[in-house]
Amino acid sequence: MSEEQIKNLETQFEARIARDEKIEPKDWMPEKYRKTHIRQMSQHAHSEIVGMLPEGNWITRAPSLRRKVALLAKVQDEAGHGLYLYSACETLGVSREELYEQLHSGKAKYSSIFNYPTVTWADMGAVGWLVDGAAIINQVPLCNTSYGPYARAMVRVCKEESFHQRQGYEIMIKLANGTPEQKELAQDALNRWWWPSLMMLGPTDAESIHTEQSMKWKLKRKSNDDLRQQFIDQTVPQAELIGLTIPDADLKWNEERQSYDFGEINWDEFWQVVKGHGPMNKERMKARVGAWEEGEWVRDAAMAYAEKKQERKQKQAI
Amino acid sequence: MSDKKNWPLWEVFVRSKNGLEHRHCGSLHAADEDMALENARDVYTRRSEGVSIWVVESKNITASNPENNGEMFEPAHDKVYRHPTFYDLPDEVKHM
Repeated sequence: MSEEQIKNLETQFEARIARDEKIEPKDWMPEKYRKTHIRQMSQHAHSEIVGMLPEGNWITRAPSLRRKVALLAKVQDEAGHGLYLYSACETLGVSREELYEQLHSGKAKYSSIFNYPTVTWADMGAVGWLVDGAAIINQVPLCNTSYGPYARAMVRVCKEESFHQRQGYEIMIKLANGTPEQKELAQDALNRWWWPSLMMLGPTDAESIHTEQSMKWKLKRKSNDDLRQQFIDQTVPQAELIGLTIPDADLKWNEERQSYDFGEINWDEFWQVVKGHGPMNKERMKARVGAWEEGEWVRDAAMAYAEKKQERKQKQAI
Repeated sequence: MSDKKNWPLWEVFVRSKNGLEHRHCGSLHAADEDMALENARDVYTRRSEGVSIWVVESKNITASNPENNGEMFEPAHDKVYRHPTFYDLPDEVKHM
């Protein structure tokens, strides 16, 4: 194809997206569109998969059967969400093995929030309430993104995700209304998860390198700063309602903006964690790669068994 | 990585309730058709979304190419007489 022809196709392509048409896997697309989508969708999938680890940590120690079945179901959902997203990503011609390889080698990123430890039971409350809360704010606009398979996967994810946040908040309510020690656990978890949750919505608009192109392709419908403000405005009253204090001395209702003003975010910490120096980066990758490697014989055995069955069937047919 | 083959890709179709058609809902990897069905149940019907599942190995699907959509679907474009609105009826005929 000549350069001019490609230019032409690109113009038509951008016009289709501007008209809110969806792009499907076999449609022509600019190479950059394909690459950007593989990057964002796989990052998203990896985050779901690695996101199982901090919560898996507490399944065996959940304080009641009610809490245990809920947490198990949530972690299983995250596995499912990872699988929807991997399969949507594979429609762009990248294989599952390549995607895993990128995660395991550290080439692909996942959400930095999962590099923090879950040290008490209250962290299960804070993670569900804050981390899933922030994730929902990020994900809802993606239900209308331009790439069909991604948008469809996100519709499923968003439908399932709202129970995750509720189960977390319920844990926080219970603890906040419990003994002084339990209330302290809840406050401590909020103290540790608040700032990382704000960072989870991404760097400030001034520093976000992907925003403009992503907006055009509807991979992003609101800027990181707008999403963050939305998250803060919706979460602060929820904390007040259960008697917990947001750990930000500068947090103040701004009557004029009808929004909360908030304190400075420690972006050095964010970039440190992104670069691999968070408290749990090594641990998470060790657990993930370990699970993959230790499962290899199971995958091979299943494949060998499937081939044997197939051969037997063919012999019988003769 | 092992020298064994990777699990193939399967497309999953779910009938949400009797009376409705099976609809494509995504794909997954599995070693064989039995595992594909079980995985499909766990991945795509965790909240009673289905009463019947089909799985088809992806390589067995033949798909049309959107680049040829012009030739492929053109024959239908100029046949307006296939639609009821093509035919003129007197106003007195209320339902037909």
